Amino acid sequence: MNSKQKDGWLLGMSDLFQDYSEAAGRTGAYDEMFAPGQQARDSYEQVAEALRKLSLADVSARADSMARTFLDRGVTFDFAGEERPFPLDIVPRVIPAAEWDVMERGVAQRVRALEAFLNDVYDKMTVVSDGVIPRQLVTTSAHFHRQVHGFEPAGGVRVHISGIDVIRDAAGTFRVLEDNVRVPSGVSYVLENRRAMAKGLPEAFGQQLIRPVEEYPRRLLSALRKTAPAGVDDPTVVVLTPGVFNSAYFEHTLLAGLMGVELVEGRDLICRGNRVYMRTTAGEQRVDVIYKRIDDDFLDPLQFRADSMLGCPGLVNAARAGGVTIANAVGNGVADDKLVYSYVPDLIRYYLGEEPIIANVDTFRLEEKEAREYTLDNLAELVVKPVDGSGGKGLVIGPDASNDELDALRQRIIADPRGWIAQPVLQLSTVPTLSGDKFGPRHVDLRPFAVNDGDNVWVLPGGLTRVALKEGSLIVNSSQGGGSKDTWVLADSPQMPVESVPRQSVTVRERVSVWPVESNWRDRQSEQQQ
Amino acid sequence: MLSRIAESLFWIGRYVERADGTARILDVHLERLNHLPMEERKNVAQELLAVMGARPQSEDFGLPELLHALAYDKTSATSIAGSLGAARENARRARETVSSGLWESLNTTYYGLSQHRKDVVGTYRFCNWTLERTAMVSGLADTTVSHDESWLFLVLGRSLERADMTARMLSTRDVLSAGMSWVNMLRCAGAYESFLRTRRAAFGDQHAAEFLLLDRLFPRSIVYALRDADECLAKLDPSAQRVGFINDARRIVGQARTFLEFHRTDDLMSELPEHMERVQKAVAQASDAISRKYFNQADELAWVGELS
Repeated sequence: MNSKQKDGWLLGMSDLFQDYSEAAGRTGAYDEMFAPGQQARDSYEQVAEALRKLSLADVSARADSMARTFLDRGVTFDFAGEERPFPLDIVPRVIPAAEWDVMERGVAQRVRALEAFLNDVYDKMTVVSDGVIPRQLVTTSAHFHRQVHGFEPAGGVRVHISGIDVIRDAAGTFRVLEDNVRVPSGVSYVLENRRAMAKGLPEAFGQQLIRPVEEYPRRLLSALRKTAPAGVDDPTVVVLTPGVFNSAYFEHTLLAGLMGVELVEGRDLICRGNRVYMRTTAGEQRVDVIYKRIDDDFLDPLQFRADSMLGCPGLVNAARAGGVTIANAVGNGVADDKLVYSYVPDLIRYYLGEEPIIANVDTFRLEEKEAREYTLDNLAELVVKPVDGSGGKGLVIGPDASNDELDALRQRIIADPRGWIAQPVLQLSTVPTLSGDKFGPRHVDLRPFAVNDGDNVWVLPGGLTRVALKEGSLIVNSSQGGGSKDTWVLADSPQMPVESVPRQSVTVRERVSVWPVESNWRDRQSEQQQ
Repeated sequence: MLSRIAESLFWIGRYVERADGTARILDVHLERLNHLPMEERKNVAQELLAVMGARPQSEDFGLPELLHALAYDKTSATSIAGSLGAARENARRARETVSSGLWESLNTTYYGLSQHRKDVVGTYRFCNWTLERTAMVSGLADTTVSHDESWLFLVLGRSLERADMTARMLSTRDVLSAGMSWVNMLRCAGAYESFLRTRRAAFGDQHAAEFLLLDRLFPRSIVYALRDADECLAKLDPSAQRVGFINDARRIVGQARTFLEFHRTDDLMSELPEHMERVQKAVAQASDAISRKYFNQADELAWVGELS
């Protein structure tokens, strides 16, 4: 950037980015867009250039229009019984190719390790007998389901879809925050965000090659079909939703629509002879693969909660008999347990013989005496999380909590040390985010999605970047005032023009003539035209 | 009914459908154009214009010129604004025949034309707005006009233009293929979800092209649109009941439709350019034949001429 451009940059940006560097300095976090000194990083050059040309009025008009589009399209989440558009910020989160390469390998590695771990704990538990992880820890997990012990699921895959939450710490290093291998949600926002951004900030797409995300539904469908029970030629896949009142219902409809499969509720299914059927106008039709979007507890009233109206009795037995593939497999929750999480680096070494590519966040296991004592003494500086929570529920951030809250937390930890973990407060990295009349730094995390078809773990080049819209807040969950950003993964060679792909056009392709020669039509000039 | 009125209705049908098709094509391609390097944009913009049946007026034809030519140019019947203006003008001349609902919605649309920002982001909104307005016009035409001869002319125009527009959508796939996925092509026609539900796991551009060209149930497919046109022509001229057709338009439309419908092929993609060319030509010829048979006007009404 030469000096003349730089002046223009500072002038143009003065309104919207006023005070940005000062605010970013206050957080002490790594900023994704600007290196220290308000200098846009290489990967963000195009975005910065596009934003520089916009005035506040432009930016707000576009943000409004994006929100309206989301509302119109029904891209909403359920907030206290009300449909709200999922807030999408206009500044994307950009990840350069080299960083993504690490991320991709790290996520795939983790998925393979968790897959091996789940196969093991529901079988011989060699991981316990070899002393890698205590037996008690596995068996006391709330989501360790003995009902699915002792069988390999049809198709041989347990973690078909995973969402590994990753954050970037103050030093700029990626770390895994938690694993989601039960029902990871949010991929619909990845797809919708990209569509909205293509129309909301078209200037920023320009020269750089942003890797597309639209192939996700096809990848997912082919993985689901591939893991169908053996001997089924043309498997029928369905998406099982709890129904229209679920907060992620939009995502269920979108995925079923984009995969071109039926979206079923529990009452549409029926199990007979360890096979699953759905009731259709043409009679009962066999279902081979169920993409399950409901919690295990509600899946099968014969095995889990007997009062559940959402599931279908007999599903677990059908899965045990190999008559149906359930994705993700029942019982995966044990791998999401935050205490198990603290062992994942060991699991990677144990099962794969590799060093973890992405590190964990340092975690205190509160059943260990020293760690517990340290935690209880330093509660005010730590984040304490329940091991089986999700969506940021029950999480206590020490520095933000009142003394009463900390006292209550202390009692709960002493009463149930197995139920909690503690971590240092991490300054999640920040990205400029529109807030009122200017951009301010807001903390973000990242959820890359991976699809495992048994042979290959494919990581979607993109992911859900969630952003805490309140200044200084570290909680990014949508149920607690979070929004999202489109996540752009840059391709290796940004200069490669799209058109360098060989063009199949009329001129190149050999012309084939199959139509009859025109006979009695009055217009005969056509033959000469070509 | 009066030839003059019939002609107006025919062209209301065509122009409204043309605006709709152009808005769909522009909306999808604009997204792709934006992702191209500057130098490429000019070429692709010109190719796109050529697919829409117009030539650049000057050497320096880039994105802003393309937007003008396809969206905002009120003097050209290729553009959305031009088509909608022409549709309104036709409705004004047949005002005593069209329902007030239809007339008002066309007129409101006409006055809304200039209320849009003409940059890229504004054009996206303009395209969306156009789709909403044309859907409203079609809906009102279907529900407030008796389905008599006058309505048949309107539907005839609409069906012919729809076949033509779908052919152009498929041609854009062929001319601008690099980076243009079949997903976008289907989105263009609003056919994505329908396609996915019928095809299950069979994806790919061959299937997508087949769907838009030959599907018997999807209303925007070429075969479907030509069948609609054929049915309108049959109802308009019930005289030829037993042998042959003296009606040129029916012969042209019928031959094109039956050829496509009964054609068997292993390599649709390489035949696609010819199919598209022939469909567009058949539509133009049918339109001429209809003019000769039913409208029988002298040349002074230049505003109804085929421009594409």
